[in-house]
Amino acid sequence: MSQYISEQKIEELEMKANEARELLIEMLVEAGSGHTAGPLGMADIFTAMYFHVLKHNPAKPDWEERDRLILSNGHITPIRYVLMAMAGYFPVEELKTLRKFGSRLQGHPERERLPGVETTSGPLGSGLGQAAGYAYAARMDKKKFRTYCFMSDGEQDAGATWESTMFIGKNKLSNLTAVIDRNNIQIDGMTENIMPLESLKAKYEAFNWHVLEVDGHNIEQFVDAMEHAKTIFEKPTVIIAHTIPGKGVDFMEFDYLWHGNPPGKVKDDPDAPVPEKQAEEALRQIRTLNGKIMSEHE
Amino acid sequence: MLNPDAKLISDLYKLKMIPTRDGYGKGLLKAGEKDERVVVLCADLTESTRSHWFAEKFPERFIEVGVAEQNMALVASGMANYGKIPFISSYATFSPGRNNEQIRTNICINNVPVKIAGHHAGISVGPDGATHQALEDIALMRVQPKMVVIVPCDAIEAEKATVAAAFNGQPTYIRFGREKSPVCTTEESPFEIGKATCFWKPTEGKKPDVAIIGCGMLLYNALVAAEELSREGLESCVINSHTIKPIDEKMIIHAAKEAGAVVSVEEHQVNGGLGSAVAEVLSKNYSVPQEFVGVQDRFGESGNPDELVEAFGMGVSSIKEAVKKVILRKQ
Repeated sequence: MSQYISEQKIEELEMKANEARELLIEMLVEAGSGHTAGPLGMADIFTAMYFHVLKHNPAKPDWEERDRLILSNGHITPIRYVLMAMAGYFPVEELKTLRKFGSRLQGHPERERLPGVETTSGPLGSGLGQAAGYAYAARMDKKKFRTYCFMSDGEQDAGATWESTMFIGKNKLSNLTAVIDRNNIQIDGMTENIMPLESLKAKYEAFNWHVLEVDGHNIEQFVDAMEHAKTIFEKPTVIIAHTIPGKGVDFMEFDYLWHGNPPGKVKDDPDAPVPEKQAEEALRQIRTLNGKIMSEHE
Repeated sequence: MLNPDAKLISDLYKLKMIPTRDGYGKGLLKAGEKDERVVVLCADLTESTRSHWFAEKFPERFIEVGVAEQNMALVASGMANYGKIPFISSYATFSPGRNNEQIRTNICINNVPVKIAGHHAGISVGPDGATHQALEDIALMRVQPKMVVIVPCDAIEAEKATVAAAFNGQPTYIRFGREKSPVCTTEESPFEIGKATCFWKPTEGKKPDVAIIGCGMLLYNALVAAEELSREGLESCVINSHTIKPIDEKMIIHAAKEAGAVVSVEEHQVNGGLGSAVAEVLSKNYSVPQEFVGVQDRFGESGNPDELVEAFGMGVSSIKEAVKKVILRKQ
């Protein structure tokens, strides 16, 4: 039993995460392009962030004391948009404008277009350094807010990620928590084939970070780790969240073909329904998923 | 004759020699005293970028990032996004050279007021050779929407540019040289971002034969060329176009109309620098013949600063030749 979150709240968040998955599939189908696997895999974590962990005020996105959520891997922004809409930053109907001309919901998020988006992102390896800037400035000014940086595992390939990791370790920015979506896929294939990352834990520890590992679909574990990170004062903390890319839709799970494609666009996946049926089947599976996420991993 | 409105030192041949990077160092101190939000980041080049004066005076606002220019731009972006006014100091070949994408995405698209100080720019870096002589930085910075680009002509102007950049609220690139160079401006000389200044004008009652539009340390060579040309009977005006972006279109068009021919002078590739910016303005508004004094699509090499400036065609004699050539091209 967690001391940080009640069972009732966990259940409520799991239901919300599935609602988020539905909205995600619908918006991607409407957009006709975009990433599916990563956003589905991070649905539980972003739900926990926007509805439990984050100190924020959707009615006042520029509130000075807000926690800063830096999304480094900008390509999974669809799931963040969904949670922002559900939390009240903008109307849920606006999700249907994703990637369309004139929309505030750009394919990769832009700070100046959508209030609540802390920074422009997409080019990988750039979020952590910016999070460091926020955390460093906050410490200078004795501000209480925390800075969270969400990264993909693929962007651990980028040199800039490690420049920032070293900088944050040197400066012991314990007011910063990083989360790595360890889903093992990137555009060209499996991470360990493209550019082996393991042991990721040992690497971060060598850079003077505190490392926690969680099941990224277990909301209780994730919330506990986020709270635990706040008690570590001598180091920054990184949470390696093991997730299943495409989580919730069987033919998308663990399949890198779904990294950069929306339902209806994948022709060469032998396990998937024909393109016209992909969205329908994805939604059917998600709608029957209620409550399954946590128990599956016990 | 020197334009009295520019309030320059009257004797061109008795000028103090101070590198523009010293002006940066002093400007940082001034800006830092004025406003607590000013912070300085440096990538292992603290003394040679003259960031050490700020570091000594405001150690709590100085951040050493090591040899990591990409991270330096990113940390600065985050700090500016929060509300600080960060200056990032390194050599121009590395910043904005190496970290160009971080500047594009996280400073320009983000539209946050990070100040990029590109040091050791130009061929006059000297013995270090081609790897350290930034000749492309103006082009790199000038194509980025929202970026302001300033190339101060001497140490005093460099100080003013640094202070002005701190408070302009925009992403800003400022370019500095390594070598000592003549200080022709004074504390009283006007400086405003985006507003060019006329440094030399024709003898009373005469029209200019040419307009020389320059930036950076070579402006001194342009002044000497103008002085020598006037003794040979050729009248010119010399314009200090310290701000490359937004460029002072009004002043450039006016000068072209008066003189009917233009020579651009810069310590940079002729592709994409000040000369290109001038040509873009003129081809849209008032076409006149133009000659480009600068580096002609090649990399630098080791040598003494003066001999390199001469050898690469940016000395006084090269400017005079360009003037004579462009006058012949007038219709």
